[in-house]
Amino acid sequence: MRADAVIVGGGIIGCATAYEMAKRGKSVVVLEKTMIGHGGSSRNLGGVRQSARDIRELPLAMYSIREIWPNLTEELGVDIEYVQKGGFRLGENEEEHQLLEMYTERSKRLGLEVYLLPGDEARAICPALSPTITWASWCPSDGHANPYLTTLAYYRKARELGARFITGETVTEIRMNRSRVGGVVTEDGTVYEGDNVLVAAGFASRPILDTVGIDIPMKLCINECMVSEKEEALFPQMMATAHGTFFVNQTGHGSFAFDATREIDPWVDKGEEINTPSSMAAETMSEGIRHYFPQMLDAKVVRQWVGYWDVTPDRVPVVDRAEEVPGLYIACGFSGHGFGLAPGAARLMTAWMNGETLPVDVSGLRHDRFECNLH
Amino acid sequence: MKLDRTKPEGTFVTEPDDDLIICRCEEITKGEIRRAIYDGMYTMTELKRFTRAGMGLCQGGTCSLTVRRVLAKELGLPLREIEEDTSRSPARPMEVRKYEHGGDEA
Repeated sequence: MRADAVIVGGGIIGCATAYEMAKRGKSVVVLEKTMIGHGGSSRNLGGVRQSARDIRELPLAMYSIREIWPNLTEELGVDIEYVQKGGFRLGENEEEHQLLEMYTERSKRLGLEVYLLPGDEARAICPALSPTITWASWCPSDGHANPYLTTLAYYRKARELGARFITGETVTEIRMNRSRVGGVVTEDGTVYEGDNVLVAAGFASRPILDTVGIDIPMKLCINECMVSEKEEALFPQMMATAHGTFFVNQTGHGSFAFDATREIDPWVDKGEEINTPSSMAAETMSEGIRHYFPQMLDAKVVRQWVGYWDVTPDRVPVVDRAEEVPGLYIACGFSGHGFGLAPGAARLMTAWMNGETLPVDVSGLRHDRFECNLH
Repeated sequence: MKLDRTKPEGTFVTEPDDDLIICRCEEITKGEIRRAIYDGMYTMTELKRFTRAGMGLCQGGTCSLTVRRVLAKELGLPLREIEEDTSRSPARPMEVRKYEHGGDEA
């Protein structure tokens, strides 16, 4: 089979890029090992945020939120439950205050509207915040959306526009055609030919890229979530602690969604799947709730799940075109915060593949930044 | 299992019992589930995430088998080819405070 673009990975990046390419009339095939949105794309909490972003990825977050997110429900024809009512990062001591000040100052220099507020001013915006909060950063254009609906809505629309999706298809190798990319080969030897190949397969991207001599260092880190039954509306904002150890939002459905990292041993050694929630993360989440939002202590949890971060050494993604392998594009290593960036990353990939001017600068997200170099 | 999800020819065809409620907790009808399958939701997990069928209080305990049957019929596959819905903890809705350290004794 031949297509203008062969996309490896049916997560939100793959589905969104397939949509953007199909919208321009390009032929696309998406190859996915398991099912649509099986990895982090569906298991995250749905944060669409700019607060506390690394400055190398902040422009991509700002572009996605300015240009794409607010129109996405209309564009895709599915209510993705996007709520843009701002985001808080919460601090309770001097160390967290300084951290929040550092985040806000450096983000303001890139043009983000974000404020560092004393506790009382933050509570004036959101009365549900605990009295123990002494400082908070406040970004009015932050928000959240439903992650699985967004991923599946991109898939649905791309498919409607003619993009081809094949699941249960494991890509093992990138195939060269003389000095440029020629396509990919799958486990059972099927060849998919294309002049452009995008690898957006999360942690699984590493061995695939390795077949053309590109190594993206990544580790897998377990992260866990739980969700409550439907509750009265309490707050519409995206909430996080200063250090990003605990996240909460109230979904469009009315349930509260919580997210925390296992405090002990969150690293997965060999990429094997562990899908059993631990008592450790649940305990961390419940302690976070007691501490920051004691009103939620009696909310009933209906579901817990486990997800993975594909973490790079500097915890920002690779969003790049491989100059040494013309036609090869990479979007992986999102390190647990890729959902909000995905719509922008997909537009960027599409612009690259079509030889257009890039809509946003991602030069800080190059794949060769991990190579040894002596300064 | 390899699945080519290319959109089939033809438009969505309604059936007389499409307004039958299948997921009682979230009030999802047979027609909504059939429509989601037409739109490409080919696994139990995708169907659940897209429609919310099986995501309510009983977590699919009641409707899961019926949803599987609808999916099998629409895809033209035997029921055994359709994976069972994923069960997740907790078995019954449980207050946040019970997850706290020592919470089971409280």
